Amino acid sequence: MSSAMDLEYTAAQSKPKAFYESFERKEELRHQTHYCPGCGHGIVHKMLARAIDELGIQDRTILISPVGCSVFAYYYFDVGNVQAAHGRAPAVGTGIQRSRPGSIVIGYQGDGDLSAIGSAEILHAANRGENITVIFVNNAIYSMTGGQMAPTTLLGQKSTTTPDGRTAEHEGHPLHMSELLATLSAPVYIERVGLGDNKQIAQAARAVKRAVENQVRGLGFSLVEVLSPCPTIWKMPPVEAQHWVRDVMEKTFPLGVFVDRTKESRPRAATNAAPALEEIPRILGTRDEDADAIDDVPALRAQEVDLHVRVSGFGGQGVLLLGEVLAEAGMDAGLEVSWLPSYGPEIRSGTSNCHVRLASSPIDSPLVTHPNVLVAMNEPSLKKFSAGVRPGGWILYNGATLPAEYERQDIRILARDFTREADTIGDPRAANMVMLGALLEIAGTLPQASIDAALRHCVKQPKWIDLDERALVLGRSLCKQFLERGAA
Amino acid sequence: MDKLKPDRGLLKIDENECKGCGLCVEACPPKVIRIGDSLNHCGYRAAIYIGAGCTGCGICFMACPEPGAITVFRLVDRRATAVPVPHAQVEGAVSCASN
Repeated sequence: MSSAMDLEYTAAQSKPKAFYESFERKEELRHQTHYCPGCGHGIVHKMLARAIDELGIQDRTILISPVGCSVFAYYYFDVGNVQAAHGRAPAVGTGIQRSRPGSIVIGYQGDGDLSAIGSAEILHAANRGENITVIFVNNAIYSMTGGQMAPTTLLGQKSTTTPDGRTAEHEGHPLHMSELLATLSAPVYIERVGLGDNKQIAQAARAVKRAVENQVRGLGFSLVEVLSPCPTIWKMPPVEAQHWVRDVMEKTFPLGVFVDRTKESRPRAATNAAPALEEIPRILGTRDEDADAIDDVPALRAQEVDLHVRVSGFGGQGVLLLGEVLAEAGMDAGLEVSWLPSYGPEIRSGTSNCHVRLASSPIDSPLVTHPNVLVAMNEPSLKKFSAGVRPGGWILYNGATLPAEYERQDIRILARDFTREADTIGDPRAANMVMLGALLEIAGTLPQASIDAALRHCVKQPKWIDLDERALVLGRSLCKQFLERGAA
Repeated sequence: MDKLKPDRGLLKIDENECKGCGLCVEACPPKVIRIGDSLNHCGYRAAIYIGAGCTGCGICFMACPEPGAITVFRLVDRRATAVPVPHAQVEGAVSCASN
């Protein structure tokens, strides 16, 4: 640069390169942030962007935006960006750091995000000493939502939810997150800084850079709490808000270094990188090498499979296993499948059920409220689900005859005592597989090889596999008999 | 020119990026920034450099919440550049001065 006097000037302080050249949040104002005039976020953003520039880590930095006014940080930082659910940045950061070792993970959180809804996540991430950096912007109020009390709101401070000022009796004392986290053994660096005047701002910039640098050196968990002005919600002009940070906030939240173990900390060994996506089926031991299964796809797809199956019975009857084998077989055959089991107290001696879908086109919802096949392994299941069966559909009922009140003319009903049938081949507990055999006969689309593979995948013990195979054959023959009788 | 020493710094404020918060006015040690009289396209009275006296300290840059509203320039020391030096060293000197 040169002036009229032919003096040479060079840019010493300019927009950091870690920011995008223009911000594409809206059509207009592509060079401005969305923050209010005098907002501390812009200042902290700038410090962070400068630290990223100076440490030369822009291409491996992943920034996690929170919920709060800074939710749009990803519009400004030209780095990897993830926007986490409210308060979950430390948990998301943990996952990113562990699956992408070598990346620089920076969580950016406000006081509502970090000290209220996300208090558990930050506590445990800090306690694990995750190698991440957390920038905690504390303005002592919920600003984005219009000024409700935050855990960090000062005693006596007015907010929309404490119109007469916060009191210790009713709302408790302000939460000191830095001091709280400093009681843990793992964090390497925790400092509280402010944006109250030039001196504080300079110190804040140093702290932010240091917190990021610790991670670059692999030292572990660093957190910088920044006391930051919110002129809009505090209802103060920007300069007055800045002074309020220094003159008032700082009395409740003293500045300083609470933890510094950077000297004695040893760089941690990076975790192993996450495996490539295509490696995962092999690692999990699911059949991916079965290339022949893929050959079945075009033929099956052409048949337009659309099975909606509800399987229901007592817990312990093998309801979930029946559904799982069906879904696995469908998956092996290259169909779209879903298997949604019921869990928890439901499967402890109560009625257990699962939703299974097999389709040649993508599945919109795994829920099956109107099955085209209902497998009812006991009477309560009939009561619960038989009315929902689609006209033209099937009920397979485990009982010699269908109770009269469930009779319907618009569906087909195969009622047999499948438990007794299973007993004839060796074990009444194989009733679920007899019923699955009948179901497969009705569905008629799945190749036997897929069914065998699914059975071997879901059932581990050889003696059961043998019994289950016989049960499937029996089920098929029972269904065939029924169909022949119907045709005759 | 009767002025013996040139300003060590120079300030550029992008009027359209400024939101007129005044934090730079408050932060500037030699007090060479003021809030302007006219409104910018957003309706803010943008900060303006009074045109002389900047020391190039860069404090206004750090106090300003907008990423690129302020750019601070520094006078290149001709004594340093009179002797040919490797490019890398010049760069190093500049970034050092900015800290």
